[in-house]
Amino acid sequence: MKAIFFRTAAAAALAVAMTSGALAKTMTYCSEGSPENFNPQINTTGPSLSAAHPVFNRLVEFERDSTKLRPGLAESWEISADGLTYTFRLRKNAKFHARNDFKPTRSFTADDVIATFDRMWRKDHPYHQVSGGAYDYFNDMGFHTLLKSITKVDDNTLRVELTKPDATFLASLAMTFASIHSKEYMDAMLKAGTPEKVDQVPVGTGPFMFVDYKKDATIRYTVNPDYFNGKQPIDRLVYAITPDAAVRMARVQAGECLLAPYPSPADLPRLKGDAKLNVMEREGLNVGYLAFNTSKKPFDDKRVRHAVSMAIDRDAIVKAVFRGTGIVAANPIPPTIWAYNETLKPYPYDVEKAKALLKEAGVGELSVDLWAMPVQRPYNPDARKMAEMMQADLAKVGIKAEIKSYEWGEYRKRLQAGEHTLGQYGWIGDNGDPDNFMNVLLSCSTARQGGQNIARWCSKEYSDLVEQAKFITDTAKRTELYRKAQEVFHAEAPWLPIAHGIVYHVASKKVKNYQIHPLGTPIFEGVDIDE
Amino acid sequence: MLRYLAARIGLIVPTFFGIIFLTFILIRLVPGDPVEVRLGERGIEPERHAALLRQMGLDKPLAEQFLGYVAGVLRGDLGVSFSTQQPVLREFMSLFPATIELTFCAVLLGVLIGIPAGILAGMKRGSLYDHLMMTASLTGYSMPIFWWGLLLILTFSVNLHWTPVSGRIDLSYFVDSVTGFMTIDALLSDERGAFRSAIMHLMLPTIVLATLPLAVIARMTRSAMLEVLGENYIRTARAKGLSALRVVNLHALRNALIPIVTVIGLQIGVLLGGAIITETIFSWPGIGKWLVEAIARRDYPVLQGGVLIIASLVMLVNLIVDVAYGLLNPRIRHGR
Amino acid sequence: MAALETGTTKPSSRARRESLTAETWRSLRRNRGAMSGLAIVVLLLLTAVFADIVAPHGPAEQFRDHLLQPPVWSEGGAWRFPFGTDDLGRCVLSRLIHGSRLSLLIGFLVVSFSLTCGGLLGLVAGFFGGTADLLIMRAMDILLALPSLLLALVIVAILGPGLTNAMIAVAVVFLPHFARLMRASVLSEAARDYVVASRVAGASRWRLMTDTILPNCVAPLIVQTTLSFSAAILDAAALGFLGLGAQPPTPEWGTMLASALSFLQAAPWVVTLPGCAILITVLAFNLLGDGLRDALDPKLKR
Repeated sequence: MKAIFFRTAAAAALAVAMTSGALAKTMTYCSEGSPENFNPQINTTGPSLSAAHPVFNRLVEFERDSTKLRPGLAESWEISADGLTYTFRLRKNAKFHARNDFKPTRSFTADDVIATFDRMWRKDHPYHQVSGGAYDYFNDMGFHTLLKSITKVDDNTLRVELTKPDATFLASLAMTFASIHSKEYMDAMLKAGTPEKVDQVPVGTGPFMFVDYKKDATIRYTVNPDYFNGKQPIDRLVYAITPDAAVRMARVQAGECLLAPYPSPADLPRLKGDAKLNVMEREGLNVGYLAFNTSKKPFDDKRVRHAVSMAIDRDAIVKAVFRGTGIVAANPIPPTIWAYNETLKPYPYDVEKAKALLKEAGVGELSVDLWAMPVQRPYNPDARKMAEMMQADLAKVGIKAEIKSYEWGEYRKRLQAGEHTLGQYGWIGDNGDPDNFMNVLLSCSTARQGGQNIARWCSKEYSDLVEQAKFITDTAKRTELYRKAQEVFHAEAPWLPIAHGIVYHVASKKVKNYQIHPLGTPIFEGVDIDE
Repeated sequence: MLRYLAARIGLIVPTFFGIIFLTFILIRLVPGDPVEVRLGERGIEPERHAALLRQMGLDKPLAEQFLGYVAGVLRGDLGVSFSTQQPVLREFMSLFPATIELTFCAVLLGVLIGIPAGILAGMKRGSLYDHLMMTASLTGYSMPIFWWGLLLILTFSVNLHWTPVSGRIDLSYFVDSVTGFMTIDALLSDERGAFRSAIMHLMLPTIVLATLPLAVIARMTRSAMLEVLGENYIRTARAKGLSALRVVNLHALRNALIPIVTVIGLQIGVLLGGAIITETIFSWPGIGKWLVEAIARRDYPVLQGGVLIIASLVMLVNLIVDVAYGLLNPRIRHGR
Repeated sequence: MAALETGTTKPSSRARRESLTAETWRSLRRNRGAMSGLAIVVLLLLTAVFADIVAPHGPAEQFRDHLLQPPVWSEGGAWRFPFGTDDLGRCVLSRLIHGSRLSLLIGFLVVSFSLTCGGLLGLVAGFFGGTADLLIMRAMDILLALPSLLLALVIVAILGPGLTNAMIAVAVVFLPHFARLMRASVLSEAARDYVVASRVAGASRWRLMTDTILPNCVAPLIVQTTLSFSAAILDAAALGFLGLGAQPPTPEWGTMLASALSFLQAAPWVVTLPGCAILITVLAFNLLGDGLRDALDPKLKR
């Protein structure tokens, strides 16, 4: 009851602050799922990150349309020659949002940054256990071992020391999980005995202020008049939660929302034919693949891996499952990443050669399990269908595949435990760095129980190359190392890379200045609506 | 009467505790460890695992856990959702108005159309209208409503643009949530057109959800009418020269209403089951969709709590129907 | 429903039972709805039995040059795939035909299970009374307090999704109906003179149950069985639609419909045709069940 009262009161307070209803420019976005909460530190799902994004800023941010970095709450920064010390100069004019139970008394300072990271980093921080206390991104990006200290030099200067140089550190700081929270708000909620409210009712410095969330229905925001980069052209922002792709597209066609992501490929031709709509596309920062469990016979033999790679008709898969919204993959990273090795080509579809290779490897009748993901992802629009096609292809070379699937959480856990033989999986880049694909997914250090390297593939040559590339900052040298690592990957074939999905968003032609961000999060800063 | 009431309630208490027990063992029947389920795919350190087990009270003996659970239920504490960390009861309360609104409209539609249609068919037994009505209601009764809903969306929303595709109100209205019932909130807000928008959004989901109860109510009304019309006192009334309409109004309807009301009351379970599918199709933010998603996310506390509340509601409604029936029909009361 | 539970027949004797069957059949033949229902059911049965011969293609065979080909009556259709193809180029007609096997099998297995177990529970409860009655009927009350689809969902949530588990779930949902019906029939029969007479004559309890009471409870059970058959198909399809029933590529109708959802606008036939198949099948069984009830229920026969 208290919570309901509070929400109503907050909404009423904000309504007064808003321009009158009839003149308000409302941006409506049909989102693909419900958020779990509004704190990007503790969640990992796309809808949750997207829902928190408009409210917050990061120290460093991605450009609106690329993974290039630009200043955020940090106006500038210096990196010491050894790559171990970062000094950030912080903005003075950033204000946290006011709500009716929280009025900030000061602007943003270094204390807020420290409190934000301490919550994730320090086990004894009063907020560490709040709302489940799992900080997956923080840990996955290696921050718990990478960070040595974060110190306040003065209110607007922050020094961060690292334990080892890391070329990807700044890019990681731009990720949504590193959004800066208000220390004052955290303290106030702790004092009020409702610390979990920090995760339900977000307060940030971002371009939009959170109004309310109606579970599984809508999330509403209103413009932040004091935003440090200037007040935004739209007055209101609404996310309408619409999980079904067909319904989402029907809504954007009917004008019920102005923007919707991820149409089903089958609907694309029709949507493109609609004069009121603008179908935007962007090569995604992703890869979908079939991992061979190299710790299981006979897939420890690379001839068998090559044979399966040639037995599966990826062109047919891209045609039927992606319906043209993907490109056949050759490497573990998509071509949009600067380190991509374009000299490597996908293995050709060749049934005879595949049979010959299997014979050479001494594999006769073979029964395997083929794992199909239970969810739809940009890198795999329909895993079931894909598995059914693979099953039919494998049958042609005498391999009997049984399709298996589990609930998504269970699926990932079992894959990481190495229960599969052939497993579909994929990855969406977090920060645009090749390390985020090549190291995280394929190095020896992650080829363990519970690790991301689900091929259980450990090549010393490959791992040395990507480890080395992580600790130098010279892009040309890094490129060379990553290109060489891709050659090793190609020759060894621990995965069959399937495709890189193209990401589509569909917008009404009234929407101006919207661009699909390569990382997938919708960004409404700078977006306007033509009336 | 009091004795009847006491007996009826006495019957419901063991059932209620049976349901508490059922929902209690539910979470323990799930293969695997609830802590692992809660944390999903990522590995977990042993000490944190133990801490969570303690926090969820799963380290105590089973009997103690059960007593704790019962005590919690009686206090209104139904646990915390795995995925959102919010109390289950609070989530339920925030979504329930949407389901009530939809269910109420569906019952209304079912009654407003089903009863007159049934009366007419009963009065004109064997006529073309009667046959048509019976065929239509049997078709409605056989309808896979997930498919029916999709057809309606495709026809009326996508192709004809008569009704909105999904949602509860046009997104440009910033209606404050006062009661949780969108139609009432829209009336309370001073935004123009908000109420109309809310009604338009209710239209298709209501039709889909009402399909099954409508068919049942129409059939039930027809057979109740047939039965009553065959009774001697009606024949007498007609012989006395009362017009058909008056007979129906005065005598037949009132007597036929008793079984009809019972059937409507019993439809609550059917409606709540139907709401699961209807809400899923229309992305209607209610209890049904919440439960389906809880299964997909393996959010067992939500499932446990949701099932308990719904079962209790169904029992309560059945009790009310029974008591009302007893009040209306003394024969039942004394028969027991 | 209420009428079902009071269904009664005359005391047993072979001749009488035969005349009852004949009488029922005569009454059924006069009912046009029931006869058309029966015709469809027979047709479905034949289709299911001879699916391999009737279906033009295999249910899982992929024609990758014919993705989402429209049915023959639309532009771009061809007789090779009369009902068109789905997104993997599989013949929709063939999948529907093979799906009829599944649907009938689901109906049959579910109903046999709930009939046997539910009937047995009801028989025991009604015949022995006392504690057994109390325990069994309270358990059934608990099951009945949950909306049927919700109960099925909960069971599937525990057992995991899949066709077998979906069938178990639906069967459990129907249990209490059969148990209640059986108990009511037994109670009303047991009070009759002929039963009392046999008991006085010294018939054993077991004999009484199998030879005397059971045959007289058959009529309402037949009706309930037919109606449950259609409800089982519908519920299993709903579970399939929610992604908790049969898993693709199994050509179960509800699952087919769900896996084609994203093509609702681009290729409506992959969604509408399985729905039609469900509707027609369920309607046929309901027509038959309705007709049987009218034929067997003496109250409406006057």
